[in-house]
Amino acid sequence: MSKPKFAMYWSGSCGGCEIAVINIHEKILDVDANFEVAFWPVAVDAKVKDVEALADGDILLTLWNGSIRNEENEHMAHLLRRKSKLLVAFGSCATEGCVPGLANLSPLSEIIDTAYTTLTTDNPNNIRPQHVTKVPEGEISIPVLKDRVYTLAQVVDVDYFMPGCPPESHQIAAVIDLVIQVLQGKAELPPKGAVIGAGSSTVCEDCPRKRNVKSIKAFHRIQEIAPLDPELCILEQGIPCNGPATRSGCNARCPRVGAQCIGCYGPAEGVVDYGARLLTAFASVIDANEPEEIERILDGIPDPAGQFYRFNLADSLFRAGAPAFKN
Amino acid sequence: MSTNNGKPKVGVYVCHCGTNIAHTVDVEQVRDWAAQALGAEGVVIARDYKFMCSSPGQELIEKDIKELGLERVVVAACSPHLHEMTFRNASKRAGLNPYLTELASIREQVSWVHTDKGLATEKAKAVVAGAVERVVKNEPLDEIKVPIHPATLVVGGGITGIQAALEIANAGYKVYLVEREPSIGGHMAQFDKTFPTLDCAACILTPRMFETGMHPNIELLTWSEVTQVAGYVGNFTVTIKKKPRYLKEELCTGCRICVEKCPKKVIDHVYEAGIGYRKAIYTSSAQAVPKFPVIDTANCNFFQKGTCKVCEKSCPTNAIDYEQKEQFLKVDVGNIILATGYDLFDARRVSNYGYGRLANVFTSIEFERMCNAAGPTSGKIVLRDGQTTPKTVGIIHCVGSRDRNYNNYCSSICCMQSLKFAHLVKERTGATVYDFYIDMRTPMKSYDEFYQRVLEEGTLFVRGKVAQVSDAARNAQEEGKLIIQVEDTLVGKQRRIPVDMVILSTGMQPRHDAKEVGKLFGIGCSSDGWFTEKHAKLDPVATMTEGVLIAGTAAGPKDIPASVAQGSAAAARVLNLIMRHEVTLEPIKAIIKQWQCSGCRICNGLCPFNAISFRAERRVSEINPALCQGCGTCVAACPAGAISGSGFSNDQILAQIDGLLMDVNPVSA
Repeated sequence: MSKPKFAMYWSGSCGGCEIAVINIHEKILDVDANFEVAFWPVAVDAKVKDVEALADGDILLTLWNGSIRNEENEHMAHLLRRKSKLLVAFGSCATEGCVPGLANLSPLSEIIDTAYTTLTTDNPNNIRPQHVTKVPEGEISIPVLKDRVYTLAQVVDVDYFMPGCPPESHQIAAVIDLVIQVLQGKAELPPKGAVIGAGSSTVCEDCPRKRNVKSIKAFHRIQEIAPLDPELCILEQGIPCNGPATRSGCNARCPRVGAQCIGCYGPAEGVVDYGARLLTAFASVIDANEPEEIERILDGIPDPAGQFYRFNLADSLFRAGAPAFKN
Repeated sequence: MSTNNGKPKVGVYVCHCGTNIAHTVDVEQVRDWAAQALGAEGVVIARDYKFMCSSPGQELIEKDIKELGLERVVVAACSPHLHEMTFRNASKRAGLNPYLTELASIREQVSWVHTDKGLATEKAKAVVAGAVERVVKNEPLDEIKVPIHPATLVVGGGITGIQAALEIANAGYKVYLVEREPSIGGHMAQFDKTFPTLDCAACILTPRMFETGMHPNIELLTWSEVTQVAGYVGNFTVTIKKKPRYLKEELCTGCRICVEKCPKKVIDHVYEAGIGYRKAIYTSSAQAVPKFPVIDTANCNFFQKGTCKVCEKSCPTNAIDYEQKEQFLKVDVGNIILATGYDLFDARRVSNYGYGRLANVFTSIEFERMCNAAGPTSGKIVLRDGQTTPKTVGIIHCVGSRDRNYNNYCSSICCMQSLKFAHLVKERTGATVYDFYIDMRTPMKSYDEFYQRVLEEGTLFVRGKVAQVSDAARNAQEEGKLIIQVEDTLVGKQRRIPVDMVILSTGMQPRHDAKEVGKLFGIGCSSDGWFTEKHAKLDPVATMTEGVLIAGTAAGPKDIPASVAQGSAAAARVLNLIMRHEVTLEPIKAIIKQWQCSGCRICNGLCPFNAISFRAERRVSEINPALCQGCGTCVAACPAGAISGSGFSNDQILAQIDGLLMDVNPVSA
């Protein structure tokens, strides 16, 4: 009996997700033992035409990491959707846009101008990339950027979502185990649309720090106050920690070592807009009544978009900032 | 019931509200549009009616629920504030859970605020679409019944609070009467005579004060203030700060020997309005209830210099206790009546009338104390020198009232108060009295008759707003006098009238701390600063917070009869609730999904009703459903989305937004 097919693809993202998969160490051998790797550009040599040649639904499991930044990403998403039984949005970029999604704060023209004209850029002829370029050998083309960054689910139907930037290795291993157990008839798949490889509560659930009724008189950046109380809730010490709004699953890695959670596991179950949730939560525990005092406290968060939407702007209710929409 | 594309069957009822809605919204068009465009959302019937809230209107809904098997109802009419209960009850009578009925406000939010009929009709459609999409997501909820604590808190021991307290106590129920001053009695205890009958204020008030002090059902907490209010209608827990009197009440007999012996005389700015003295240990008056004195530590020799102790030495029962500390009491009550009264307008603000600069300009409260037989002048009307009887007196109305520089409203009592002053001056001094008024307002029982009487007594009335009171004489006649500069609008001339004494009929103002007090008890203030009633005409003593009632001048300027009537009215409302023994609470509650709560404690400090507690052993927060009032504060604040408000779920709200945005195409007007 031939083994079920496995694929992994990398679109608009940093590549950390691929490394995280390799980071499961010897567990990777289970993948090889139970699957035939049909397509995984980072790891094996297979071409897009090989995928196109497969029958629809021939690949059992595709892990897709990366946002949809350009038309090639979108084309591949449609292709792999067609060829896969289970398509998993793997990692923060695929599920919620992640850091690439912050590009949605600016119009596309501005992004390109910034990339090709800054002082450190050597571009004396002020060249801009073109979709099609004529060269002596003929025409070559590069993919056109989309108007903004999309999440995978905004482009194709997605079966499961696996958050994390990147997903924790033990969670990846657990998901692979689960799929293998399903193959062996020992377990059932979760309902479609489920978030897998994560908890249902928030980072605070796993955080060992002591917490009290909160009342915040000032926000600080972590380098501004040292040393941090090793026992006490980081947010209560005035460091804007995103733990209360961020889905559990990482075992509170950052708070455990004295760094605030920055929210890479995305929103908790049922939350429509992560940033809005966190914003109202922070606003609720600010201990001030005078408008000027409130302003002063909020000035302690110098980059609100980065604080509240670092990982999920593309999947937020806004999707993008107003300038990006005007583009 | 047949399936309806998998959607519950919705009935939409569009109200004309006479012409209130129909004048600005094309009601028939909204009806037809709802029937067609919202069919896919589940609408199976849409009707319109002249007055949906009338019996035939409600019967229309009931009939459709029974005959068409409606599972959801949307009434597009006025705001939920007005008729949500009406239509929920109609649904209930027809066997439908009342919480499956939604009101779409197309009156307050559409017809009353727009003029363009085309655009208003489009907006009404959007509002209806929002309500339909929302109601489909509604879930049946069951009302919650909780017992009512039979005790009542009355805040403010003026005539209004006294009246309310006595009414409830006489019905056999416990009352805690909290007063921030050392004695009850309020402003009325300072007055001499009361208009229009000229009853002596003390004669009619002190028996009530005494009765209140002695009543077995009234616990008097004077020299005390409410610091915290928790809970909800039927079950409030109130924290009261009892300020130290520096004497043991259980030992004090009220003999006032300490007051007599105290060597320190202080100007009394409260009870004597600054024109009389009291001691550093004092009761506001000899009739004070309770009878116990208070030490004013800021002026007491012992507290300031460490020596004296005359009061301690002279007290026959050793009641003085310099070590006394403030105490905090917690009491449980079912209802709260706020009768916190008013502040007097500060006449110094009208600098052109010279109060505070020109000695013989008096305020109304100073004059009241001067007239009072127990007051600083033993009832003699004299100039600031304390001896000279005035020969001419000018009384100025509307000081601080009906004036856009100060307060726009009419303080309602000043005309009658001024007439009373005119009468008293005439009666006691025979002086010539000028009365300067803008409009004479004497509308209540026997008031205008009193005005006629004062007219007949020979008071000279000048219709016009006084421009200035000055002491700058222009001729020998004016020398040494106060000159009132006024336009006599009936004669059409500027006049300068020299007088010996000016009385400013100062108006009423909301208490300086009304806003904070309102916040403490969870009620709002109008733009003028008075407590806001639930309905200005039909529910004048209730507020938007159930179980918190307002009475007397705390809700706006009033005379004594109106204040007393409100005190009784508030008491009747309280007794009505107490005698029902239980109160029905809206089942709109917040619930924390325990498996999603990570115990971050963001919500813990936010609940205005103290309904949230943290379970340290399980590291989760919990909401006490009996305390939760469904305000939604914690729902909004929960970063994990672990708290949801029944009746206001994300699903419902987002569905409503979807509906509202359904019809965004602008129409060509």
